[in-house]
Amino acid sequence: MADINIQDIIKPENLVYKKTRLMTDKTLSYCPGCGHGTTHRLIMEVVEELGMEYETIGVAPVGCSVLAYEFMNVDMQEAAHGRAPAVATGIKRLWPDKLVFTYQGDGDLAAIGTGETIHACNRGENIVIVFINNGIYGMTGGQMAPTTLVGMKTSTTPYGRDVEMMGNPLKITELVAQLPGTYYVTRQAVHTPSAVRKAKRAIKKAFENQLNKKPGLSFVEVVSNCNSGWKMSPVDANNWMEENMFPFYNLGDIKVDGKLVTK
Amino acid sequence: MGELRLMKGNEALAEAAIRAGVDGYFGYPITPQSEVIEYLTAEKPYERTGMVVLQAESEVASINMLYGAGATGKKVMTSSSSPGISLMQEGISYIAGAEIPVVLVNVVRGGPGLGDIQPSQSDYFQTTKGGGHGDYRLIALAPSSVQEMSDFVPLAFELAFKYRNPAIIISDGAIGQMMEKVELFEQMPRLTDEEIREKYRWATNGKLKDGTRRVITSLDLDPHKLEEHNLKLQAKYREIEEKEVRYEMLQCEDAEYIIVAYGLSARISQKAIQLLREKGHKVGLLRPITIWPFPKKQIDELVKKGVKGFLSVEMSAGQMVEDVKLAVNGRVKVEHFGRLGGVIHSPEEVVAAMENKIIGG
Amino acid sequence: MTEEIIIAGFGGQGVLSMGKILAYSGIMQDKEVSWMPSYGPEMRGGTANVTVIISDERISSPILEVFDTAIILNQQSMDKFEKTVKPGGVLLYDPNGISRHPERKDINIYKIEGAKLAAEMGNLKIFNMVVLGAFLAIKPIVNLENVMKGLKKSLPERYHKLLPLNEDAIRLGMKNVITVQEV
Repeated sequence: MADINIQDIIKPENLVYKKTRLMTDKTLSYCPGCGHGTTHRLIMEVVEELGMEYETIGVAPVGCSVLAYEFMNVDMQEAAHGRAPAVATGIKRLWPDKLVFTYQGDGDLAAIGTGETIHACNRGENIVIVFINNGIYGMTGGQMAPTTLVGMKTSTTPYGRDVEMMGNPLKITELVAQLPGTYYVTRQAVHTPSAVRKAKRAIKKAFENQLNKKPGLSFVEVVSNCNSGWKMSPVDANNWMEENMFPFYNLGDIKVDGKLVTK
Repeated sequence: MGELRLMKGNEALAEAAIRAGVDGYFGYPITPQSEVIEYLTAEKPYERTGMVVLQAESEVASINMLYGAGATGKKVMTSSSSPGISLMQEGISYIAGAEIPVVLVNVVRGGPGLGDIQPSQSDYFQTTKGGGHGDYRLIALAPSSVQEMSDFVPLAFELAFKYRNPAIIISDGAIGQMMEKVELFEQMPRLTDEEIREKYRWATNGKLKDGTRRVITSLDLDPHKLEEHNLKLQAKYREIEEKEVRYEMLQCEDAEYIIVAYGLSARISQKAIQLLREKGHKVGLLRPITIWPFPKKQIDELVKKGVKGFLSVEMSAGQMVEDVKLAVNGRVKVEHFGRLGGVIHSPEEVVAAMENKIIGG
Repeated sequence: MTEEIIIAGFGGQGVLSMGKILAYSGIMQDKEVSWMPSYGPEMRGGTANVTVIISDERISSPILEVFDTAIILNQQSMDKFEKTVKPGGVLLYDPNGISRHPERKDINIYKIEGAKLAAEMGNLKIFNMVVLGAFLAIKPIVNLENVMKGLKKSLPERYHKLLPLNEDAIRLGMKNVITVQEV
């Protein structure tokens, strides 16, 4: 077999995939196999496809994705822990024609920031919330999250989440779907190519809702793994997620065009 | 001459916000400042000037809405009273760290804790020494009349944008609730979105056409870079201390003794000075208008001129007196007088304190 | 000229609005004014009171312990504020409901049958305007024309049809003030 030089491969006719220019060239800080990087890319692809590069303002959370602003190549602001929906409300109210989104993890959105989440949803702020749920606090070292499953081991539930002591995992996505202020509520995943394609369609729909000034907030949950926090290999983590997370956090649309989906 | 009205301090401040061309107000009701948001919602400024007014779900949400909106280059403000301002401290620290020009208003009430709803000045430390975590300062203006509640709104915005730093108007329940004659200034125009994008190129309101993107954050995980950022902030604070001290002196020319007081206490002390002079004591008043930056040079000059003693009068257990002492630096006597918990001292009590603690003491 | 006034009575007697109208009248007459509702310890007595200051000069303390004039409309306020009148100052009161009349010898004391006169006019709500009229007869620090301008400014427009009734009440008060003692 003749030697192949890398330069022989990098040719336009060989191009099968191209990174959106709305992702910066900075190397992602996420663990291999984590869903954050994929979800970042999907959001930026959608912004690019909608031609809204110059009209978009993103709000980063506190958590593993605290540095999301280093990867997403649009105007970005970094919020205090849990306050991203309030920050986004401030931006959107004064620039109603801009695309405004928050990117938040489960601790940020469903524990410390529950109040801001519920009230932004209830006011029907015309923004998009992208919510990454991996059932654990990744950045601080794998502690219990509000979405940690019953019996799941974390560094603060070393014997498994005990309902009597810690309460139940919070399905905040189902909860916000009940509010009249939400227009589109969906739960997705990004662990397989087909899941990624579906998740992208959902994110696009959410941003289009905002662009078309549909009445209310669009909320996209992405169930993801945290292989480091779960102390598994990326493949095992995805398998564990399918077997344990999905039966509790069911994938699919919960509310579409302001109407709850009946199953 | 502008329009004359009899207004409460809180109402004058709210009207001034509309007239100063403020773009947005985010707030949460708390006594004794609820008239601010009540006045704003009743006046429909979104019809008068296009100003946005939103009642948030909490003070925590208000300050973070302010952080978001302020980061886009718009003129935004919030108001609250002591317990609410305590709740906002995390957000204020972020805003100071990220250098967002916003205006805050604290209509101070008695504390600690839930305290009461009477006027107080016990938030001096919180206002002038930082308040939240980290090394930062707020430009702090202390109105002592309803007129100043109005006039300090555009001034606070001017200073906030000049230095890209949060400014705070620190009032109290009495100045907020009392009515006085106020001359309203003429309506100022709001900047257009295009003007804002042109003028404030640091603001996050959508990438610039040349591809420049802006990031607003207070985070830097590299301690050396964060130290560099802190040094930049400190240099800015030194410049503000150099250039933005505001104060008023009354009857200080021949004064042997000086009362230092701001806000409502300055008004009460002005009467006390009149009573003291009637008794033959040469007493003057130094009223810090900015409580940060503090008029320390002015105090130093008064000591050099031969002033024999200072009485710091504030409705607290003695907070500003520490700054007076730092400026006097042990050269002459400095004492504190003030009632606590929302009790307002009378001019007569100030007279007695001056006679007992300083003149005869 | 500086006039430091306390107006004190029950809530609902129009104490705060009488003070507001007086303050607005002062503005109409080019004066400096301040209006400070009950604050501090005196608030605990269950009465409503307001300090109004009208002056040619910049007003210093809006909170005072002693006054040039006390306008007293109930017994609790009499007990509390009779002693706060400066020697040679004015105490004006409505005897209706007063069981202990003022006793000081070093102040000027006047009476106005505000409640009775208002009842005779058929409108108890203008009670405070009758009392205001009495005060202005004793201390004409603002003229009637400016009082009417102040009244117009402080009343919502839907009440402007009541302006003539208010003017009549003020005039009635001006005519019916009774001198109890002058020093």
